[in-house]
Amino acid sequence: MTVWAILQVLVLVFTVVSAALAVWLRDLLAAALALGAVGLFLSLAFYLLLAPDVAIAQAGIGAALTTAIFILAIRKTRRREEEE
Amino acid sequence: MSVVVRTIARMLVPVGLVFGAYVIMHGHLTPGGGFQGGAVAASALALILVSFSAKELKPVKGLLSALESTGGVAFVVFAFLGIGFTFFANAIAGMGGLFGQPVDYGPNPGYLNTSGTLPLMNWAVGLKVLAGLGSVVLLFALFGEGEDDR
Repeated sequence: MTVWAILQVLVLVFTVVSAALAVWLRDLLAAALALGAVGLFLSLAFYLLLAPDVAIAQAGIGAALTTAIFILAIRKTRRREEEE
Repeated sequence: MSVVVRTIARMLVPVGLVFGAYVIMHGHLTPGGGFQGGAVAASALALILVSFSAKELKPVKGLLSALESTGGVAFVVFAFLGIGFTFFANAIAGMGGLFGQPVDYGPNPGYLNTSGTLPLMNWAVGLKVLAGLGSVVLLFALFGEGEDDR
């Protein structure tokens, strides 16, 4: 098992962990940041799979812009999720 | 936002804009291009909007709209430059002058001053994407503050 395969598996594991965090967290700002981390790790995975073009687009749109839009939306509404 | 966020944003926004311009400028040589560079530069713009008040950037709205129209029109104009052969034909590649340096066949380290209309179209697309995504985030930030007269 080469170092690249280990890195790819590690990045995918971090992606899944960040996605689970985004669902599990009650603080919506922290959940939005976890969703940004999902985009960041996905862009790393694209880079490791030799698609740097897609990686730049994913880092710009998926990691940065959607997180900014989520943060702006949270600023206009409430920060805590309501308990059922 | 807090002082920490604002200080980091002051440091990171120029870096993001310059990196976006780099990705656009080397679009015909390296991975990336107009869309990717414009998205990176627009994320720097979004960082300004998240860190500081959106009302201070309200006058930029008209400028962004004008820039987006300029980018779209410039793309079509550069495409019409090759109309003597076909639409989108690369008319000024290898003719000398701006982006017109002739290139020999075979591998080379990548010369910036080549490729004819491709870098110009990259700049047009980058300008359009930067202005489009920037105005989307700006309108979203202005929404609901009594300032959304569109």
